[in-house]
Amino acid sequence: MSEKTLAKNQPKPKLRKDMTMLQWTIRNMKVNWRGYAMVAPYYVIFLTFTIVPVILSFVLSFTNFNMLEMPRFVGIDNYIRLILDDDIFLLAIQNTLIFATMTGPFSYLLSLLFAWFINELTPKFRSVVTLIFYAPSISGQVYLIWQVLFSGDQYGYVNGILMKMGLINAPVLWFSDANYIMPLVIVVALWTSLGTSFLSFIAGFQVVDKSLYEAAAVDGIKNRWQELWFVTLPMMRNQMMFAAVMSITGAFGFGAIITALCGFPSPDYCAWTIMHHLEDYGGSRWEVGYASAIATVLFIIQIAANTIIGKMLSKVGK
Amino acid sequence: MKKIRFRKKHRLNRSAGGDMSINILLIVFGAFMFLPMVYAISQSLKPLDELWMFPPRFFVRSPTLKNFSDLFKLMSTSWVPFSRYIFNTALVAVGGTFGHLFIASMASYALTKIPFPGRNGMFQLVQKSLMFHQTVAAISNYIIMSALGWIDTYWALIIPAFGSTLGLYLMKQFMDSSVPDSVLESARLDGAKEVTIYWKIVMPMVKPAWLTLIVYSFQGLWNTGTSTYIYSEELKTFNYAIQQILAGGIVRSGAAAASTVIMMLVPITVFVITQSNIIETMASSGMKD
Repeated sequence: MSEKTLAKNQPKPKLRKDMTMLQWTIRNMKVNWRGYAMVAPYYVIFLTFTIVPVILSFVLSFTNFNMLEMPRFVGIDNYIRLILDDDIFLLAIQNTLIFATMTGPFSYLLSLLFAWFINELTPKFRSVVTLIFYAPSISGQVYLIWQVLFSGDQYGYVNGILMKMGLINAPVLWFSDANYIMPLVIVVALWTSLGTSFLSFIAGFQVVDKSLYEAAAVDGIKNRWQELWFVTLPMMRNQMMFAAVMSITGAFGFGAIITALCGFPSPDYCAWTIMHHLEDYGGSRWEVGYASAIATVLFIIQIAANTIIGKMLSKVGK
Repeated sequence: MKKIRFRKKHRLNRSAGGDMSINILLIVFGAFMFLPMVYAISQSLKPLDELWMFPPRFFVRSPTLKNFSDLFKLMSTSWVPFSRYIFNTALVAVGGTFGHLFIASMASYALTKIPFPGRNGMFQLVQKSLMFHQTVAAISNYIIMSALGWIDTYWALIIPAFGSTLGLYLMKQFMDSSVPDSVLESARLDGAKEVTIYWKIVMPMVKPAWLTLIVYSFQGLWNTGTSTYIYSEELKTFNYAIQQILAGGIVRSGAAAASTVIMMLVPITVFVITQSNIIETMASSGMKD
């Protein structure tokens, strides 16, 4: 809306015959110099700590920098080493992809589904149930309670119950057994994942114009699923796009939870992700050049995931 | 019976069976979300012999606040006075949050309401950077911090928080949808400066958005734990100190349970107070391609 009205107030470059496009832009820049002054503080900090680091690690990924000696250009050696020489990196990629595809899309669908269900409740219930679903994502380290629930000794709640029921004879080492770690960590990650995207959906459902539903009912929408697919979701396309970005980014941000639950490194590297590989080479071994190559790969994976999902979502309801 | 039928008539496309299954799903998943939190609270109220009891019980039998008093006792014996950790967290959280609120909302105002060339590209850059997680930038950030000489200072924790991307994104989207241009035009005709318009007219109109920014920034900074930029003990945060207690083994398991509850209750309380404002902000969070 505001874009359009603003554009109306400006002289249109095409209509001006006395100025070239460049002259018009420069004039416009001079008239609106206050805009640059007002965005400057934010953008200086944002560029320094968000954009420059990405570019810097891309550049450093072609060097052998180690924080002590001057970096030397080594071409694509780091990338060759990653793919051909580093078995653990390949394992990390595999784990990251499994982990991200299990948490990202499921967290997204759970957010959407439960926001939809919660929207059917009366307003009072709605805010209480929203709080219940949202709370785990903001409660800091409370996910460590899962370690107590699934503790490896007989005092762990789950072991205690299973032993009392006679289903197992000896306690199961949940967070040390490679068979259980991945599924458990995924469950815990999902438990903490109903965050910003969930709230965005909660809000999105509330602002859909109610009269649309009546019109749709007249037009032959028969049940709530049709209503969701043909009326609500197309109205919420922007919300869905935003929530998808938040879910995907979140799916690559669970490194700390995995470390907290199963140690660093996890037993047999079974929950070792690219995030851990990056931390290992960057934070512990100070092979900054090599770590930068890992960071660049992780960056590309995330941008690719976002682009693909974005393309898919733009087809919803069309 | 009549009443129910009357209500159903007014709810379009809703079947009783569907309502029932939705409620069942909400209860089942709600329990899955809620019970671990309840267990965390129950653990914090258990005396030591109940914490190490076989078979373990879900609910506490003889609740006690001893774990909390143990926690405070542990705090008072720490090498760096515990008040120092609390001061550090307060300084970082308050400083980072208000700096972020101020410069991000000022930038949002300019991006939304001043038609300077390049603003769309600038905003696109912020929007795109929501697409990758900060871990990607961690190592380079360390290099940048050390080049600036900020390693082991408060600046390393506070200043990057100013440039948080989600905050600017939400603020800009909210201003886009809830501040009509007509309000600004009359002020401009009266000769008001842009900074005055931003501070006196626009900021009071976007209260839900700045509350949201405060909550998000505060939550992020509250949960800042072991930062790689800080190694002096007296500059470390409350969350870090709590984690040290958590790592203390069986003897401290009671105090650890108590500390988890304290760490979780603060952000939850903040959210309960501000929930309606946050939801209002989120209503305009949609991303246009």
